[in-house]
Amino acid sequence: MNLQVELLEENSVQYYKVVGEIDAFTAPVLKERLAAVENIQELKAELDLSEVDYMDSTGLGVFVGFYKTVTSNGGHVKITGLNKRLHRLFEITGLSEIIDIEKKESEDNNGTI
Amino acid sequence: MPQEVGRQYKEIMKKYLESHSEEDLYVGQQFSRRFIEKEIAPEDVISIHKTAMIELHPELRNEVWDSFDFLIEMMIHYGLTLREHQSLIRKQEAIQIEMDVATKVQDTILKTKMPIVDGLDVGLVSQPARQMNGDYIYFLNGQNESSVAVADVIGKGIPAALCMSMIKYGMDGLENDNSNPRNVLEIINRIVEKSVDDSMFISMFYGKYDGENATFSYASAGHEPALHFNAKTGTFSELDAKGLLLGVKTDAVYEERSVMMQDGDFIAMMTDGVTETRTEEGFIEMEMIQEILAEVQDEPAQQMADHIYHKLAGLQNYRLSDDFTIVIFKKGTEKV
Repeated sequence: MNLQVELLEENSVQYYKVVGEIDAFTAPVLKERLAAVENIQELKAELDLSEVDYMDSTGLGVFVGFYKTVTSNGGHVKITGLNKRLHRLFEITGLSEIIDIEKKESEDNNGTI
Repeated sequence: MPQEVGRQYKEIMKKYLESHSEEDLYVGQQFSRRFIEKEIAPEDVISIHKTAMIELHPELRNEVWDSFDFLIEMMIHYGLTLREHQSLIRKQEAIQIEMDVATKVQDTILKTKMPIVDGLDVGLVSQPARQMNGDYIYFLNGQNESSVAVADVIGKGIPAALCMSMIKYGMDGLENDNSNPRNVLEIINRIVEKSVDDSMFISMFYGKYDGENATFSYASAGHEPALHFNAKTGTFSELDAKGLLLGVKTDAVYEERSVMMQDGDFIAMMTDGVTETRTEEGFIEMEMIQEILAEVQDEPAQQMADHIYHKLAGLQNYRLSDDFTIVIFKKGTEKV
């Protein structure tokens, strides 16, 4: 399974569109892409996961690592487009309390493929 | 020894050149195993062939001999690649041996004692997806009470296993009066936060059963909710408590809740290797886990745990994609 990470910069926000499944095999790709910007001071990053159907805890690890580094450099991370299953993952882990997250707008699919 | 092999090679080839029979050709094919056993490189095989031919058919033209020299040169890199491959295999064998030792060390270090509390029946299954388990169960036993930590280290394999020994020693250091679920999680969180890599952390469910008043108190650090089965009503409820994963934030606070257990009630604590079971048709639903547990509600806790493991692992043809761990605390008066 492939994972694509596309970077679009809009109004000084680093906007990433992630497409595919995030698991132990693809997470390193994501980690590497994010590592390129995480040390920028006061980084504004937005990660769009609306095209991510599946993510396991390894993927979650990448986002938390990114969040920790970015916030320690005075930046902000926002994660958008979460499907029901991904949203639950952020809820259960308590991460929804500290990371700025947003659900998918049309939440009618449950992410099971 | 190479001369011996060379002599045999010559004999076999000679027979074949005379007979042209399939059988003799097959003998040659079998003989190639000897070359491999003796680690004779491809270029040396051609060299042996050339020597044999000189002895058998010295009348052949010079171009033939020159062509063998050319072929020998062609084979040199194949020989090098083969040796590299063999050395990789040896290295891999060495790593495998170390992994086996590490697994044994993990088993020994992380040993935990099953609790013995009157009226509490405990069952558990913890099955790693790969060689080393990233899930961890630890019991803390006191006078007429028993606590259990069910943890899932995010990240798998060796780093996860190392991380676990940290949890274990953290918990061993807890004083009795500190063993309330919220305290435990706060303390472990501080240990983990200080010492773990940024993208590695732990989800943990911590539950404590008090035999005095049959109360189960619990807290969760970003872990899957446990399931509480009420035997009287035959219904399940999720035991959910607010709390962040361990190792993300130093000053995380954990909500503590409690529930009373009646005879026949049980509480199932599990990791996402159970709840995120994925089959060809997709993920299983929580209801399915409840149904499977309800089927065996009258069995002892260990049988219940085994049953759900076989059901769910069976769906994945016993090829687990994630470590699978379930602990069942059952309050009962039935058979011990």
